[in-house]
Amino acid sequence: MEIPYTVEPRPDSGLANGKLGVWLFLASEVMLFGALFSTYILLRVGAIEWPHGELSVLLGAINTFILIASSVTIVLAWTQLKLNNFSRGRLFLIITIVLATVFLVNKYFEYAEHLAKGEGPWHSTFFAIYFTLTGLHGLHIIGGIVVMAYLAGPGAGLWRRNHEQFTNRVEYTGLYWHFVDLVWIFLFPVLYLL
Amino acid sequence: MQSDPAEIHKSVRKYYAVGGLLFVFTAITVAVNQIHLAVPLAITVALVIATMKGSMVASIFMHLSHEKKWIYGSLILTVVFFIVLVLLPNLTVSDTIGKTSPYTAAAEHATEKAEK
Repeated sequence: MEIPYTVEPRPDSGLANGKLGVWLFLASEVMLFGALFSTYILLRVGAIEWPHGELSVLLGAINTFILIASSVTIVLAWTQLKLNNFSRGRLFLIITIVLATVFLVNKYFEYAEHLAKGEGPWHSTFFAIYFTLTGLHGLHIIGGIVVMAYLAGPGAGLWRRNHEQFTNRVEYTGLYWHFVDLVWIFLFPVLYLL
Repeated sequence: MQSDPAEIHKSVRKYYAVGGLLFVFTAITVAVNQIHLAVPLAITVALVIATMKGSMVASIFMHLSHEKKWIYGSLILTVVFFIVLVLLPNLTVSDTIGKTSPYTAAAEHATEKAEK
């Protein structure tokens, strides 16, 4: 049986099911990260002292630039598919995967440096919340890479069968990816600068 | 989004422009951090810039500037619950009815420590 409303919008909502589904998923993600941001505020306000300058601002800033660039490339992937240019769309998808991987490599070096100095999550309240927030964010990056790799690889066959459905899948992945970027936009000043 | 190629090309230029602005705002955030402002002012500036950047990502990249009402509806509900979520633990801790506030206890502890 064919799944309805994967391409054409539902008459009641005016949206394809996937789009509404992704937005509801993102709403749950807001609550997940919201709980952790709330925890951060609580810990910080309640702390007698809060460390400053523990993290490399340079690495954090580089990762911010990387994620912003990846947000641009994934939206360009979608626009190229809208223009029926599959090869360029896939190219932008691959560039996004590369940028996401570079982000994780930077994060690996950052984590390794802190762990080598004994600054793991057990070291202090600051490092506990730092590893929790950035670790969860990192898992979201890995999830994004897996989905984009599927779309650029084995999942690309859908383009031949149904252009619009494939384009919609890239759009939904893009929505998720922009959310991951948005979370980092707040994590960077909160953890690295303040 | 529209499927007219001319409109799509126009959107592409907009995406590049927003990407550039996000880069500039990030550079400003880092530059302001080097000035070493007072903590409350530094927090305000950094969060205002982050909110502006977040708004650009949500409205332009995620197309929230022209979405369907079902999506706005679900997001309004999310915002309401998000505010409750952020406030709830803080309000719980700030509840001093019948007990000493943890903040007061922390301040007293710090004073005692300083006196010793």
